[in-house]
Amino acid sequence: MATSYNAKEEDGHHSGASSHGAAGVVKSKKPDNTAFKQQRLPAWQPILTAGTVLPAFFVIGLIFIPIGIGLYVSSNNIKEFEIDYTGVDISNPCYSCAKNFSWNSTTPCVCSMNFTLEQPFESNVFMYYGLSNFYQNHRRYVKSRDDSQLNGDQSALKNPSKECEPYRTSDGLPIAPCGAIANSLFNDTLELYHIDSNNTRNTIPLVKKGIAWWTDKHVKFRNPGFIKLNKHLCTNKPVNWRKPVYELDPSDPDNNGFINEDFIVWMRTAALPTFRKLYRIIQKKSNTTPTLPSGKYVLEITYNYPVLSFDGRKRMILSTISWMGGKNPFLGIAYITVGSICFFLGVVLLIIHHKYDTRSNSADIPN
Amino acid sequence: MHQHKQKPKNKEERRVRANDRDYNEKFQYASNCIMTSKYNIITFLPVNLFEQFQEVANTYFLFLLILQLIPQISSLSWFTTIVPLALVLSITAVKDATDDYFRHKSDNQVNNRQSQVLIRGLLQNEKWMNVRVGDIIKLENNQFVAADLLLLSSSEPHGLCYIETAELDGETNMKVRQSVSVTSELGDQNNLASFDGEVVCEPPNNKLDRFCGTLYWRDKKYTLTNQNMLLRGCVLRNTEACYGLVIFAGPDTKLMQNSGRTKFKRTSIDRLMNTLVLWIFGFLVCMGVILAVGNAVWEREVGSLFQSYLPWDPPVDNFLFSAFLSFWSYVIILNTVVPISLYVSVEVIRLGHSYFINWDQQMFCSQCNTAAEARTTTLNEELGQVEYIFSDKTGTLTQNIMSFNKCSINGQTYGKYTHTHTLSGRFIRLDFTPFNPLADPNFCFYDDTLLESVKVGDSHTHEFFRLLSLCHTVMSEEKSEGELVYKAQSPDEGALVTAARNFGFVFRSRTPGTITTTEIGRPVTYTLLAILDFNNIRKRMSVIVRNPEGRIRLYCKGADTVLLERLHPCNQELMNITSDHLNEYAADGLRTLALAYRDLSEDEWEAWSESHRCADKATNCREDRLAAAYEEIEQDMMLLGATAIEDKLQEGVPETIAVLSLANIKIWVLTGDKQETAVNIGYSCKMLTDNMTEVFIIRGHTVQSVRQDFRSVSLEGQEGDGTGGEGGKQLQCPPPPPSNLMDNISGEFALVINGHSLAHALEADMEMEFVSTACACKAVICCRVTPLQKAQVVELIKKHKKAVTLAIGDGANDVSMIKSAHIGVGISGQEGIQAVLASDYSFSQFRFLQRLLLVHGRWSYLRMCRFLCYFFYKNFAFTMVHFWFGFFCGFSAQTVYDQYFITLYNIVYTSLPVLAMGIFDQDVPDQRSLEYPKLYEPGQLNLLFNKREFFICIAQGIYTSVVLFFVPCAVLSDATQSTGVPLADYQTFAVTTATALVIVVSVQIALDTGFWTVFNHVFVWGSLGSYFTIMFALHSQTLFKIFPNQFHFVGSAQSTLLQPVVWLTIALATAICIVPVLAFRFLKVDLKPQLSDTVRKHTQTQRFYH
Repeated sequence: MATSYNAKEEDGHHSGASSHGAAGVVKSKKPDNTAFKQQRLPAWQPILTAGTVLPAFFVIGLIFIPIGIGLYVSSNNIKEFEIDYTGVDISNPCYSCAKNFSWNSTTPCVCSMNFTLEQPFESNVFMYYGLSNFYQNHRRYVKSRDDSQLNGDQSALKNPSKECEPYRTSDGLPIAPCGAIANSLFNDTLELYHIDSNNTRNTIPLVKKGIAWWTDKHVKFRNPGFIKLNKHLCTNKPVNWRKPVYELDPSDPDNNGFINEDFIVWMRTAALPTFRKLYRIIQKKSNTTPTLPSGKYVLEITYNYPVLSFDGRKRMILSTISWMGGKNPFLGIAYITVGSICFFLGVVLLIIHHKYDTRSNSADIPN
Repeated sequence: MHQHKQKPKNKEERRVRANDRDYNEKFQYASNCIMTSKYNIITFLPVNLFEQFQEVANTYFLFLLILQLIPQISSLSWFTTIVPLALVLSITAVKDATDDYFRHKSDNQVNNRQSQVLIRGLLQNEKWMNVRVGDIIKLENNQFVAADLLLLSSSEPHGLCYIETAELDGETNMKVRQSVSVTSELGDQNNLASFDGEVVCEPPNNKLDRFCGTLYWRDKKYTLTNQNMLLRGCVLRNTEACYGLVIFAGPDTKLMQNSGRTKFKRTSIDRLMNTLVLWIFGFLVCMGVILAVGNAVWEREVGSLFQSYLPWDPPVDNFLFSAFLSFWSYVIILNTVVPISLYVSVEVIRLGHSYFINWDQQMFCSQCNTAAEARTTTLNEELGQVEYIFSDKTGTLTQNIMSFNKCSINGQTYGKYTHTHTLSGRFIRLDFTPFNPLADPNFCFYDDTLLESVKVGDSHTHEFFRLLSLCHTVMSEEKSEGELVYKAQSPDEGALVTAARNFGFVFRSRTPGTITTTEIGRPVTYTLLAILDFNNIRKRMSVIVRNPEGRIRLYCKGADTVLLERLHPCNQELMNITSDHLNEYAADGLRTLALAYRDLSEDEWEAWSESHRCADKATNCREDRLAAAYEEIEQDMMLLGATAIEDKLQEGVPETIAVLSLANIKIWVLTGDKQETAVNIGYSCKMLTDNMTEVFIIRGHTVQSVRQDFRSVSLEGQEGDGTGGEGGKQLQCPPPPPSNLMDNISGEFALVINGHSLAHALEADMEMEFVSTACACKAVICCRVTPLQKAQVVELIKKHKKAVTLAIGDGANDVSMIKSAHIGVGISGQEGIQAVLASDYSFSQFRFLQRLLLVHGRWSYLRMCRFLCYFFYKNFAFTMVHFWFGFFCGFSAQTVYDQYFITLYNIVYTSLPVLAMGIFDQDVPDQRSLEYPKLYEPGQLNLLFNKREFFICIAQGIYTSVVLFFVPCAVLSDATQSTGVPLADYQTFAVTTATALVIVVSVQIALDTGFWTVFNHVFVWGSLGSYFTIMFALHSQTLFKIFPNQFHFVGSAQSTLLQPVVWLTIALATAICIVPVLAFRFLKVDLKPQLSDTVRKHTQTQRFYH
């Protein structure tokens, strides 16, 4: 190895002696001999060697592939049914409702869609509505709300935030709830009927509570405190709404006003322009019969929500869920793919390492 | 520094009348109150902010802030910008305020010093700040001079006084000042109070060594020079008291005029960074334009139809205007690609590196009790890129401790021993004490024949030493009888005078008109008629003395080249012998001087003294005329002999040079010494070796001959060993690595060039030839160069080679070179501190240079490069996610993350781990970088951070952003919580992406960090921890209840992070981001390992086995 001049040795000792001799006369300016100042802190110095990297690849592969398979299988076990009821085609039962929509009409337009479930849906079934090409994530849309007002703040009720413009006031009265999000509340009503073997329509009970986040329901959204939400509040309903906020669910005070769960679900804006939102839950009745047995069903839609003007789509989705949520084949496939690639990379790198790496044996370092 | 503005009417000249405040007031001269502080309490905030906003970066962020205040544009809350900006501004402001506080304190202390002012015939105590131009003040011993004074009279005879100028120029020897003879007679206060002379002089300037003025008094003119001036900052020594007339006060004094800021140096990384930042701005604008076009299309195709649910904001009435606003909105959210914290972090890292340099024990010299000092904190990483070192010789390579070693007297050479010989004990050190009680016991000489010849009374020998005892500017201090201390301005002079002292010609004391010596025990007093000063152009000094017998003689000593030209023709034979001796001495690496004398007749003296007086009084071109007068008398001299002084090499110089040249650093020695001396030093410090293919010497005096020389050099170079021919070739195919350090220099060329030739070589038409030839050589020595030429050489290389240059020197003559090189290093040695004051780094031994470059410089460069790579990567990964999101949110400039996350990402979540890496990272231990100097090469070739590396980082960042956006996007769009609630809401998406981002960049920094100290662990884990802690705090119900409008992410953290799908998504994204990087790095290390990788692996194996 190289012979080199080592600047390290000559200090250390005699400087100590000189600083003793000069003690009291000249203070030695010698820097402290601490590991920190001398940059000799103990340190872990990892190196990317074949011994660490290759096993890492295999381990990642071995972990990811089983997870992927598990995810894929459980995703495949999930039953999901989807039906588009926008009414774009003339063949669609909702075509006329969609075409003849007018904001001012007082009589709701109702349409029904028949569909068949090939397989029974076991356990709890979740009913979603899906919208496409609906930009709930647009910046102006997202910010057009007043969380203070929704939290029951009195002053915000009377004087909503400027962010709500142009849905802040109407006819000189503040709008409650204000803003574009609330204004565009999805207000189609979906009802589901099972057509049994006798061709009778059995209403399927739809649970409308328990569809929102716990924090939203109990923390984020609150009705204004001392005044029960009622018409004495000097507020106006949002422009698009047919009824004021305190009539969203008059039957249940715990689901009315700002804490109406349909409203809360809508107010949790989606990340992407195509999204689904939980609408109702169909609870499992007993262990013996499936929640939704296979067979014919009718979806009855009270068509209040126009989307055709901006080329939107509306869907109804029925789905069961597993431990990892709803149907999600992508995750499983992605895990299997990444795991396999890692494993493959591990093999390739191992071959490359053995074939081309000759230097590791010779410890000589060129100088 | 100071705010004083020069009054225009004072431009031409300055008039000062003594004891006449009313008259002087007309000119509105500056008072003696100095103000180096910049602010007071009221002005601090506005002035400091104004200064800070002159930084482009700060203004840019202010501009962003203003944009954010426009609601239609604001895509982010104002605090995302104001928090970092305020942080940066306040850190800087606090630093400025502290600095200024200390300046205030020192200003106050200085301004309130007391001085005695003569007012209406009475001495009154006044504060310094109340002293006016034209006042006469009294100074006592050991007092600081309050302003630039004209010395009027002193307590010492002949109006002499002694000063120490350490604070001014760092020289610790005493200097003598003398008043004009007419005023020195004034004596006491009463006479001085009625003194009403008027001084007309040059306006304030910063030249410490010259002053030009005239005193008009009683209708007579007296010339004033620097010899009559006491400058502010000096200390009066060995003088009971003196009186002076204030000429320049306060900011006009030479001290304050010199305290101007030196040129601000920038590193190449700095420049690259600025370019890249500009490119990034361009990139930002491109992104903005793309997204704005997208916005226009979207608003036209979709947004206009979507108006029933989302109407356009009032001022927007068409898609084009919306696109215009969207452009600015995107500029705001994408601005994080150039985060404000970049500049601050870079400064912090550099500061850390500077402290490591200051703290390094191995660059501490225990003999002189000085540690290395990084005087500039902004250049550290450039230390890792140096390709050319320009070194002074004396005091830098050598110790600058001179010993009188050999001499040639009348053709006879004396002195046998030099330090380069081994201490064999063959020579006995002469003992002077029996012969001469005044001898200096520390003086060593090893040839008794010289002493014999003195004892015998050889007249030439006597004259030789008489010259040495008379012709100098040394001051003596005789504390008690026989205990002499010499204070010399240059160590050479001290050595010569000491030699004369030991050989019986003892210099005892001097007055302006006399020199008293003891010659072989007999006191003799010479009348000193004139001193013909030394300067760099004349390269000689002379004195004209009249001995007690009345004979007038000129003694001259100087560089042989100038002196031998001025000898009387009859000296030809002696001159030849002496020249041979001189060459011999120079070949031994000794510093030589030739000595000569000339007898002057009374008439000659009279005539010359008249012309001299005439030149002395001249107001314009005084210097030139004086030089001409000197030239006139220094002719036809008789040669006495020559002296040779040894200047020992510093410890470790050859080894350092060997290591540095192995690191592919080219070392050029620029010295004022003669060629033979320089070449010899070159050999002794292993710059030149005997196995060198050829050492070219260029010493032509004319343009043609120099050009001829270069031509022949390049011809020979091509014929000779091919590898050594061209610098470019060497880089492409480095010679096979030899096993021994010293061997590597073999087969190389060296170039030695003379001052005359250099002057021609530096001319525009030949400089290319010079550069190409010199750069092809392994070693270059320029001898007989002037300070200006030193700087020119450095500039030349800077201009033509685009390489990083480092200049190292210790004396005032190196200042220009130190200032013009990229990096200036000052050696704090024997020659004052001027070089240190001008330098960027200073230490006391040349050998510390290898540690500064190979260890600190290399690490700094490595750390800075790794820091920058990672920094750009993490910000692109962070920011570009918004770009992809733009395609899904109608190009509305909606951010992906929570605004608090955006605010804190750069200053909290990711700042400390990368800072820790930038400060502490090491790839190989310090001793390894000295053992394998080749490790230095990546820095010189700029391999670790350049445009290519930058694009790789950016590409990696963009890749990461793609993964970070599309993986959660694909997974979450259909996923639901286990309660059936969809996960595709905006807040869940934001939290998932942000968490994945923080984890990915943390894993990446973990991969990048090669040296995990406890700080790295704390910072990396702490940052991750702080991310989760802060997120949970921000999403907590408590905060939401207080500010419902600000913290609307309430509950998102817990409901998101409790979902297994979210964690699976994060793990998937992390794997996809990191696996390719890991594979790529592994392949790089495995197949094409860099030297540092090999050394690192090797070190680890060793540590493992031991």
